[in-house]
Amino acid sequence: MSYDPIMLLDAYRRMRAIREFEERMRREVQAGTVPGFVHLYCGEEAIAVGACMHLKDTDYIGSTHRGHGHCIAKGCDLEGLLLEIYCKQGGLCNGKGGSMHMADLNKGMLGANAIVGGAPPIAIGAALTAQVLGNRSVALAFIGDGASNQGTVFESMNMASVHRLPMIFMYENNGYAEFSGAAWHLGGGDIARRAGGFGMPSVKVDGTDFFAVYDAMGAAVERARNGEGPSSIEAVAKRWYGHYEGDMELYRKKGEVDELRATSDPLVKFESRATAEFGIDAEELREIDEELREIIDEAVDVAKAAPKPPREALYTDVYASY
Amino acid sequence: MAQKNIRDAINETLKLEMRRDPTVVVIGEDVVGGLGGTSGVEEAAGGTFGVTAGLAAEFGRRRVIDTPITESAIIGMAGGAALTGLRPVAELMFIDFIGVCFDQILNQIAKFRYMFGGKAKVPVVIRTMIGAGMGTGPQHSQALYNMLASVPGIKVVLPSNAYDAKGLLTTAIRDDDPVIFCEHKAMYLDACEVPDESYTIPFGQAAITRKGSDVTVVGISRMVTFANKVADRLAKEGVSVEVIDPRTISPLDTATILASVRKTGRLVVVDECNPICSVASEITSLAACEALSALKAAPVKVTAPHTPVPATPDLEQAYVPSLEQIERAIRSTLASGSGAGRVAAAAG
Repeated sequence: MSYDPIMLLDAYRRMRAIREFEERMRREVQAGTVPGFVHLYCGEEAIAVGACMHLKDTDYIGSTHRGHGHCIAKGCDLEGLLLEIYCKQGGLCNGKGGSMHMADLNKGMLGANAIVGGAPPIAIGAALTAQVLGNRSVALAFIGDGASNQGTVFESMNMASVHRLPMIFMYENNGYAEFSGAAWHLGGGDIARRAGGFGMPSVKVDGTDFFAVYDAMGAAVERARNGEGPSSIEAVAKRWYGHYEGDMELYRKKGEVDELRATSDPLVKFESRATAEFGIDAEELREIDEELREIIDEAVDVAKAAPKPPREALYTDVYASY
Repeated sequence: MAQKNIRDAINETLKLEMRRDPTVVVIGEDVVGGLGGTSGVEEAAGGTFGVTAGLAAEFGRRRVIDTPITESAIIGMAGGAALTGLRPVAELMFIDFIGVCFDQILNQIAKFRYMFGGKAKVPVVIRTMIGAGMGTGPQHSQALYNMLASVPGIKVVLPSNAYDAKGLLTTAIRDDDPVIFCEHKAMYLDACEVPDESYTIPFGQAAITRKGSDVTVVGISRMVTFANKVADRLAKEGVSVEVIDPRTISPLDTATILASVRKTGRLVVVDECNPICSVASEITSLAACEALSALKAAPVKVTAPHTPVPATPDLEQAYVPSLEQIERAIRSTLASGSGAGRVAAAAG
């Protein structure tokens, strides 16, 4: 298969933006500048980007508590995201959502979700809207391996299957549900096989391989847009950091993450194939790296300096407050 | 004007709103029925009590959407559809089933508008059946609306007659916030005059169903009809009872209730909820906090007892607040000049 170089450069930009963004967030959390819980996406960049490269603003995603990468992949504004993570005025949700609840409806981003398994029922609702309006939009739910055990996920797969909804279930098997390994918590051991039991095409791919995710998603989106119903993809890519920043990670063996970085860095894998096979110039990628570093530096400065929401904001955006 | 019962008034409202707005869809278990069956009957159910009968014939199954038995997915799907441009009317068959989908109500649809910084509209209505009186036992007879009233971000509506059911449901469907619309299962056949055309009744505006000056009785849902009957009975003795139907408990029309209490100085609240943290608790506390100096006697709560709803008909009858209990509560507050509040529980 061949890939359009413009698409590949865009994909790289999004993956690198996620990496830069999350590494910077990690340093900021360690420095104590970020309020609340933060869950980082490093190591999984190829999943969000491989999926979202097929989606337009009029398509929908439902996200998770580990949602920064999904937002960036879906095209949300980096400064808006940072303002939201810092809970500042002018953030995507004016500071009322924060890292775990941010949404950007204009981009089809239906919200990070701090309830594990909370988003799939919402995402099938977006798929229903597309079906009722007949507008060829599709919806995707990102679902962690931990969430894959929730009843809401099974209900959503069944509903999508029964109604042939234009829906993609994108499982991100990152190896751990909080502090417990997928090797233990996944009954049957295989999410893709479970999903297949609901009567939809279901594949398992290397989630550190952009091209594998992109190809699988391409088939799923085509099927959904053609009204042929839902699909499921299990993308396997271990997360590099803890469940949340500050997690002691006592459940991981020493050296596990070093090995992941050395052998299955999604950005390194992408670059080696894109430059070797598809004529992408490594110099151009370095320029993107530099540009993103500056953009994120500036956006973090803006977010830190921005005003907090005013006291009155406590009482707005709800129909009645007492 | 034609007499219509609550079931038919709701059915008519759904049809009128679906004709008016192509984004209104109905979602629920067996709202049509019959898919996958062997008879080939086009509409095998039309809703549990026929409330959604005939909708599919007029609007098609694309807008009248049967689902598997899957409440989390129903409520979540309706919420997601509301976020993205539809106006779904989802059916949670019995409010008791909230236990298997509460996250989607509590943490999802109730929160979207606020936690997304005011940028989300969530025009979803959840129609659900409440109440005891039909022998449906502990898991199909609860009231539970009190729990929902304590969740910010959702509106809770309880019509007590067919006229209000139509006007309030029209408002609910056109509203941009999530609305829980509670239909008492023992009242579907209660009829009154209902216009054929559409009309709305604003939320947070109580109805005064009986004018009076001696005592204020606030009733919720079916208890309004009980309170009206008692008021009519006592009127013959010269006791003047004012009956207030809040119609929505969230938002709650505190002004109308307080104005009446300030006028009569006496308050009885009749509520089919269990007594602890009930709507009756809220309204009696409202009077105590805001109108203490006007009160001539302690407010009285008439509620179900703090037990599950028994299936046995005799016990179920004892569970639901009765006309006699309401009358006794009114007489007691009239007799009392001061003193401690009392709970006229069902066993009392």
